[in-house]
Amino acid sequence: MAAIDAGVKLGTGYPGTPSTEILETFETLGGRAQWSPNEKVALEVGIGVAFSGARALVTMKHVGLNVAADPLFTVAYTRLDGALIVVSADDPGMASSQNEQDNRRYALAAGVPMLEPSDSQEAYEFMLRAIEISERWQVPVLLRMTTRVCHSKTIVKRGTVNIPPPHTPHFEHDFPSRVMIPAYARPAHLRLRKTLAQIAAWNDAEGLNQLVAGSSSVGIITSGIAFQYAREAAPEASILKLGVTYPLPIERMRAFAESVDLCYVIEEGDPYLVEAARTAGIAVEAKPEIYRFGELNTARVRRILNDDSSPEAKPIPGKPPALCPGCPHRSVYNALKNLNCLVPGDIGCYSLGVLPPFEAMDTLVCMGAGIGVGLGMRHSLPPEEARRVVSVIGDSTFVHSGITGLVEMVYNPPESGHVVLILDNGTTAMTGMQEHPGTGRTLAHAHTGKVVFEDLARSLGIKNVHVIDPTQDAAKFEALIQSCLNKPELSVVIARRDCLLATRSIHEYERCNEQPTD
Amino acid sequence: MSNQPTNVVIAGLGGQGVIKASDILADVAFNSGVEVKKSELHGMSQRGGSVSSDVRFGERVFSPMVSAGKADFLVVISQDQVPVNIAALSKGGVLIEPSLIDESKLPNKKSINVALLGVLSHHLPFPVEAWTAALQRNLPEKLHEANLIAFSIGRNQ
Repeated sequence: MAAIDAGVKLGTGYPGTPSTEILETFETLGGRAQWSPNEKVALEVGIGVAFSGARALVTMKHVGLNVAADPLFTVAYTRLDGALIVVSADDPGMASSQNEQDNRRYALAAGVPMLEPSDSQEAYEFMLRAIEISERWQVPVLLRMTTRVCHSKTIVKRGTVNIPPPHTPHFEHDFPSRVMIPAYARPAHLRLRKTLAQIAAWNDAEGLNQLVAGSSSVGIITSGIAFQYAREAAPEASILKLGVTYPLPIERMRAFAESVDLCYVIEEGDPYLVEAARTAGIAVEAKPEIYRFGELNTARVRRILNDDSSPEAKPIPGKPPALCPGCPHRSVYNALKNLNCLVPGDIGCYSLGVLPPFEAMDTLVCMGAGIGVGLGMRHSLPPEEARRVVSVIGDSTFVHSGITGLVEMVYNPPESGHVVLILDNGTTAMTGMQEHPGTGRTLAHAHTGKVVFEDLARSLGIKNVHVIDPTQDAAKFEALIQSCLNKPELSVVIARRDCLLATRSIHEYERCNEQPTD
Repeated sequence: MSNQPTNVVIAGLGGQGVIKASDILADVAFNSGVEVKKSELHGMSQRGGSVSSDVRFGERVFSPMVSAGKADFLVVISQDQVPVNIAALSKGGVLIEPSLIDESKLPNKKSINVALLGVLSHHLPFPVEAWTAALQRNLPEKLHEANLIAFSIGRNQ
């Protein structure tokens, strides 16, 4: 909604829990949003928008920022004419992720200002403030969210923040500010540090900090969702809630800590604020190490304030997710299990192939890793084991970062050959049925250019390229995989069958797209 | 309404309408003019795993989540998920479970989530018209009739 109110020209991103709904909602409300093949491309497109004087919103989950880190670190040196807001949706506790990295570290490492909203109202207001900061200082800004801010709903009043209208897009030559060759990047780095010092001074003097007056015995410095827990766990405490958490309002923090007898830092994840405070010589109490893991909540914050690090009660495990009955991935894993394959896997619904009854996926590292890891295994295992390695990757993940793996396979083929199995269910299923370049439909499900995996594989010179529906004939599918494994050649097998949950929508989109639009 | 927020946890399995039920409840509370926050976990839940959603409303609400052992009401849509979620319920809290409903009376068995909201509605200070309006706002029109019947079966339990 804030992106609409701010006149954001273009929203880009790659789906990932808990960030996915942002672009979908922006599009539903009338904004122009598009899925990119991956987060790096999404950010690069956003940079182009901001270089052109317009406002860009780029969304991703926390691990997505690893993929987009390369452009992020250097765009920080450049001068923007428009606004560039990068949303990093972190997942402490790993509700649906492979790690719980704390992306506040990225703001510090890249020198990118960062805002942390603590509820839906602030998500709205901070998005607008982020645009204001981005345009005032001509820098990109990180809007760092966490699962409980993303996946909670709280009441939002619209129109509470007013910012100037966007500029008319126009490109001005400015080589030293935009072309980061060493000669221009050296002064650009100096300029960035100067800008960050100005923003820090503004954050100390003005900023988006909130002071909750309370007892002078206990004070709490906090930010983001942890603020809500702290308010509830310690209604009597004084609280300094930070809105802009990079660069920090260090003098505000110092004055606050000195105004109370005991000052705690309540933060989820890494001891980011604690380390910064202590480096600046501010005496603060840190949480015990056990609270670095998983999400915080009101009860855990209460324990931190009571200095209680006794073992916590473990929640009763719920029913784990499983591949749907009739899911095409089931047929694939049955075959891989029967053939006793070694399966470097990847990220998507098919990651569930690691769980019983299949237990047929051996590795999961990051998006696209299945192909590279498989090649490494083929290069190093003894021949009889190497011949059993099959890399498994989903359709959306393949577009995201599997294509370069395929190029690697062609360029450095293992002696025993290799088999890449693309599980093409026609959608980005795990995150909730988003489109991708392999579906040939846009974020809004309209027809567009389509990347055809088999054509791509053949164009790279891979000899054995097969397309098969794994659910039609189990024996035939298994025999095909076996025959590929037997050859010391490169094979790509595309197991194509629409996701059961998506198939109705896919037919509906296709039907709508075929109707004349005169 | 007292100073302490009312805490409701709705739980079940992916695909049972846990989130929908919590949306409807949050809508009712929102339209009554109190502060309301809700929280849910997505992601892998779509694959039939456990799902739960917390709704809190009152004069002032901070955390969007209900602390363990603090739920005033626990609505569980799948009987086998009761043991998994029972720790959420406070002492003296009310458990609302599918065994309270005679499923054979429901025009559509999928409306069990709404039938259980009907049971919950009996304990909350919102008028029945507010619930009816929220159901109609949050569900597609073709499902209105079946769900309104399910709701009144639960409410008159």
